[in-house]
Amino acid sequence: MIGSLSRFSGVSAAVALTVAALVLHGKPLFAEGTGSPDSSNVVAIGGSVTEIVYALGEDKRLIARDSTSIFPAETASLPDVGYMRALSPEGVLSVNPELILMLEGSGPQETVDVLRKSGVAMADVPEAYTAEGIIKKVRVVGEVLGVEAKADALAGKLEQDLAEAQRAAESRTSGVRVLFVLSTKGGRILAAGSDTAANGILALAGAENATSGFSGYKILSDEAIVSAAPDVVLMMDRHGDGEDATSGDAVFDHPAVAQTPAGKNRRLVRMNGQLLLGFGPRTAEAVRELSTRLADTAS
Amino acid sequence: MALMSDTALPARKGRISFLLGLADLQRGDRAPLARAVIVLLAVLTCLVVLGSLAIGPISIPVLELLPHVPSYFAGAGEGVPQGVSPRDWIVLMDIRLPRVTLGALIGAALAVSGAVMQGLFRNPLADPGIVGVSAGAGLGAAAFIVLGNTVLAPVMALLGIYAVPLAAFAGGLVTTLLLYRIGTRGGITSVATLLLAGIALGALTGAMTGLLVYVADDQELRDLQFWGLGSLAGSNWQKVASAAPIILTMLVCVPFLARGLNGLTLGEAAASHIGIKVQRLKNLSILLVAAATGASVAVSGGIGFVGIVVPHLLRLTIGPDHRYMLPAAALLGACLLIAADTLARTIVAPAEMPIGIITAFAGAPFFLWILLRKRGLTGL
Repeated sequence: MIGSLSRFSGVSAAVALTVAALVLHGKPLFAEGTGSPDSSNVVAIGGSVTEIVYALGEDKRLIARDSTSIFPAETASLPDVGYMRALSPEGVLSVNPELILMLEGSGPQETVDVLRKSGVAMADVPEAYTAEGIIKKVRVVGEVLGVEAKADALAGKLEQDLAEAQRAAESRTSGVRVLFVLSTKGGRILAAGSDTAANGILALAGAENATSGFSGYKILSDEAIVSAAPDVVLMMDRHGDGEDATSGDAVFDHPAVAQTPAGKNRRLVRMNGQLLLGFGPRTAEAVRELSTRLADTAS
Repeated sequence: MALMSDTALPARKGRISFLLGLADLQRGDRAPLARAVIVLLAVLTCLVVLGSLAIGPISIPVLELLPHVPSYFAGAGEGVPQGVSPRDWIVLMDIRLPRVTLGALIGAALAVSGAVMQGLFRNPLADPGIVGVSAGAGLGAAAFIVLGNTVLAPVMALLGIYAVPLAAFAGGLVTTLLLYRIGTRGGITSVATLLLAGIALGALTGAMTGLLVYVADDQELRDLQFWGLGSLAGSNWQKVASAAPIILTMLVCVPFLARGLNGLTLGEAAASHIGIKVQRLKNLSILLVAAATGASVAVSGGIGFVGIVVPHLLRLTIGPDHRYMLPAAALLGACLLIAADTLARTIVAPAEMPIGIITAFAGAPFFLWILLRKRGLTGL
């Protein structure tokens, strides 16, 4: 009795659900929302986007941020909607946003689709690991928030600042080969190739990325590490205190790294990750700090 | 299998329950109890579904919205009904309902896969997640994610949204067949061999997935990481459409296996003497387990332990009869996964937690407990 009943209801449910799922396809309920210049209730996704909102003095309009937005310290008082690449649609909607500023690469796509469909205004902020990229971000955010004049002033100031930092850096670091190591987990060196923020900041600081022969982040073989022959190893600090190499540093325990000029002389620079790789308003500061410390370490 | 615990009575089983157990065996079965439990579970499932639709970071008037749902399906997802807030409607129809539907399907699929696999291997510790079938399915899915835009592009174009679930199915099927070949000697499957084979296959598929990591770009890498923990985040009707036909087909077919799996508890020789076509039963079981696991892994990554916990709880309450255990497992699996997912999406709101963390926290100690209780029987 139960058997036949459950079989029958199973079949009918199967047919109904399958048909329903096949005929349904999400269509936007509203026209694409556009941010009105006076929208308050802004959610900022992406550390550099949040920093720009603060630098423009528009932080009063922020109601939430993502977990990569950790600077300035005041961001800690805003609700955290999770990691920028793993956003939950209902979580973002639950803070009642009028406008969502999203750095390129935010996602997942399914979440973005639902947010778009919900009619909340959304603005995509393009990401590029260059000085021009930072200026572009500032202008896009300024335009969406309706504060073009402020954005112009900030962009002009940053442009000048970046150009000066770059000029100063070149004389210090020209020819220094740097290996950026993202992680040394399991004794494997995960290094940055081209098309990465690390590659971009090294270029701005006038140094040479020792491993620019591939794109993205890759685990390097021992021979690749030796032939990259870096003068200095660059890493993010875990404690946010910018401490440099200590004698017991794991990265130099790696036999291949130990063979390189950086390893033989134990040259390691550690910097705050968001400052180093954020490509936001503080990048000129990052260029100055990085180039000074590379020069100090490599001399 | 639980039958073992009925025949080889563990010392700790109290005298009363021992007598009850004997009475059960003499009276035939625990059918009336089992039927009652299934009806209860069906009611519980409805309540859990309603509760999950109502709970979340945004509060919506579920009971007011529900009457409008049929019109949504009839109108193929167009527009917002009169007098309903558009935002509430989107939260229900585009976020929660597809998610609960997928949770129910996958929970049922994982629990039933576990139950069928345990019946097939006559071993309470067999589970697609633990013996490496999920890993094999994950490898199939990963291959498509990484190679779908290049080498496998023509296949991708041909199969559309079914490409990844089918690839996961193929991966799961190959792994299950290998496992059966390795782990079973003369119709007897030893737990130790099974678990070790699972570890070996898991390592092998892990290595192959590792190979894919080298050719993946950063975006593909992030997609791959998602398999590790499992999550129902990103559920939408398209994902429901890609998994539902496969999982529902399996759930519809499974009752036909019940009699055969019951017979199999006597051993393969005895089962074929009472007229069960053992080879066909095995083939069908393996096919269904691989299909359901593949479809689940393809849309939600590796959610573990449901296939161990659910059948075991049911054996303790309604006994090992597959005629009742399988439908009950489907219902309880759906309930548990929906409940775990509701926790996952509210516990750290407005962010959310991968559901695999929750099922592992709940399931891993449980698995150990079964292992310790059955230690005398498993030869470990």
